[in-house]
Amino acid sequence: MTALAETTGRSAEKYRVTRSRRNVAWTGIGALVVVVVLALFPYIIGAGTETIMVQGFIILTLASMWNLLAGYAGLVSVGQQVFVGLGAYFVLALNINRVPMFSALPVAAIGCGVAAIPLWWLVSRLRSGYFAIATWVLATTVELIIEKISSLGSGTGLSLPHTPSLSSAVLEAYTYWIGLAVTVLALLAVYLLLRSRLGLVLTAVRDDEVAARSSGARVGLARMIVFVVAGIGCGAAGALLAVSQLIVQPSAVFSVQWTAEMAFAVIIGGLGTIEGPILGTIVYMVLQQTLASYNAWYLIILGLVAIVIAIFARRGLWGLVDDYLHVRLFPVGYWLWDPAAAGRSRSLRFGRRAGGKHS
Amino acid sequence: MVWINDIITGILIGGLYALFACGLSLMFGVMKVINLAHGDLAVVGGYLAVGVITVTHIPVLWSFVVVVPLMAVLGYVLQRTVIQAALNRSILTTLLVTFGLSVVIENGLLQFESANSHSLGVGNSIITSSFSIGSQITIAYLLLLIFVVAVVVLGGMQYFLSRSRYGRMIRAVADDQEAAQLSGIDYRHVFGIAAAIAFGTVALAGIAYGMYSQFAPTTGTDTILLFAFAAVVIGGLGSLWGTLLGGVVLGVSQAIGAQISGSDEFLAGYIVFLVVLVLRPQGLIARRSTS
Repeated sequence: MTALAETTGRSAEKYRVTRSRRNVAWTGIGALVVVVVLALFPYIIGAGTETIMVQGFIILTLASMWNLLAGYAGLVSVGQQVFVGLGAYFVLALNINRVPMFSALPVAAIGCGVAAIPLWWLVSRLRSGYFAIATWVLATTVELIIEKISSLGSGTGLSLPHTPSLSSAVLEAYTYWIGLAVTVLALLAVYLLLRSRLGLVLTAVRDDEVAARSSGARVGLARMIVFVVAGIGCGAAGALLAVSQLIVQPSAVFSVQWTAEMAFAVIIGGLGTIEGPILGTIVYMVLQQTLASYNAWYLIILGLVAIVIAIFARRGLWGLVDDYLHVRLFPVGYWLWDPAAAGRSRSLRFGRRAGGKHS
Repeated sequence: MVWINDIITGILIGGLYALFACGLSLMFGVMKVINLAHGDLAVVGGYLAVGVITVTHIPVLWSFVVVVPLMAVLGYVLQRTVIQAALNRSILTTLLVTFGLSVVIENGLLQFESANSHSLGVGNSIITSSFSIGSQITIAYLLLLIFVVAVVVLGGMQYFLSRSRYGRMIRAVADDQEAAQLSGIDYRHVFGIAAAIAFGTVALAGIAYGMYSQFAPTTGTDTILLFAFAAVVIGGLGSLWGTLLGGVVLGVSQAIGAQISGSDEFLAGYIVFLVVLVLRPQGLIARRSTS
């Protein structure tokens, strides 16, 4: 209110509504530099680190998709592992039919997007918690059906039969680059999606669903698009998993642990921001690597941290960063830009309710 | 005749599923919380029973006398602290928090109790023996006992909710939290009571499951939560007797699936669940006003 009162004294043309107070180009250049450095990694680091990085790419891709579902569309899916599993099995099925595994990856991702449509039809009639468990039941059902197909290895799974005849170092490097590409595309897709009209609809729904519906927002369609996009993304991550491990086992690819990991990365990093899953994935990977020798401890600690953050700091670690530094690397909301206050941290934010960690 | 025997067994197992499901249904009906840790709590009940039996040498069938009150207290405390704190934020937060709890409990059990399976009452004559009707039909005493317990628990809950003072308070809070609060009801306390009942029943179900089959840390999410949820949805959201019907339908479809092929047992149950979800999303028995 004080900010509005101040505006009356000055001429209005000095103010403009913008997505960011800084030039977005700088963020773009920064992101490009990071991607180029990451792309050069295989020339610098060893194969062991590459494998860990690929795991990080998988988690980050999954987390971005889960963030889109839970953070923007209000859909808490506990069954996203169904797409990880389907993505991996599409790669396996294509590879059995002599499709090279790297070319199978994009086909698998699209296949998961197509599969998401009937799955959405089944679960879309449920809301909130019932939606959550229904997706879980659906994932288990799909797993049980796939375990019945003997040509895909039944309950034990299969190794990819036609792997490229490359030295392991080159294969690892290729896998790394594919992983990086999948992750960059996933983040880019989420960013562009949220800046589009759809992002506006989702923001409106998040703030007040009834008001959004009465203003003509097609909420059901928006949610379906998000579910399909998340299906494609999680499917790509699952395909990446198959390509990196060269083996597909039903209990491993359809494990609910995938959903636990993506959800924890998002909650810890910050639900409802694009930066959150990136930060959350880094925290996740560090914890997982340091506690790797203590078996299940990393999931216990991650779970406890996620519970504490979900209750006490709903916007996660990135929310804390944002509160103190007012940084937004991927601006998808709108700000009121005030030239007089530029440099000071006094802008009104429109895209997201200002302040109020506990709002 | 094999079919009849299996269907009778399926009906009786339905009682066990209803016992799993009624707590889930109650917590959703009263607080609008879907407790994603519900299945893991049943497993915790099972592990508590193992511990209590080892320490006190109490007969297996009586272990619930200690375990159920313990879990009820845990339910009240968890509801008044963690779950209430999450509820104060949003429904979404309760999902995140209970999912976190589920993962923490499951991996905690894996860490401290190993992945080995446990079962309760091996060698106890009541638990392992059965009786025959005619030459073909054999019914396990245990399954009959579990079914009777389930009917008694569901009937007791129904009576408690419709007749008792606390039951009236629970229904009032479920119907309109703010109006109930204006009438002087502390809804947080009422939520605690409802959670205590839910945790108590799920502990009882966990013990029953341990006697009927065996449990490991992952059983809670692999099977129990999904079965409980399927029973609730098949029966109809928010109806206690519907939950029993849902459990029976699930049990019978699993029995029929197992007859078709041993590996189709669970799949058949889930397919029936999905068919009900598509054709009759409100469940076989439509929602009533009770809880």
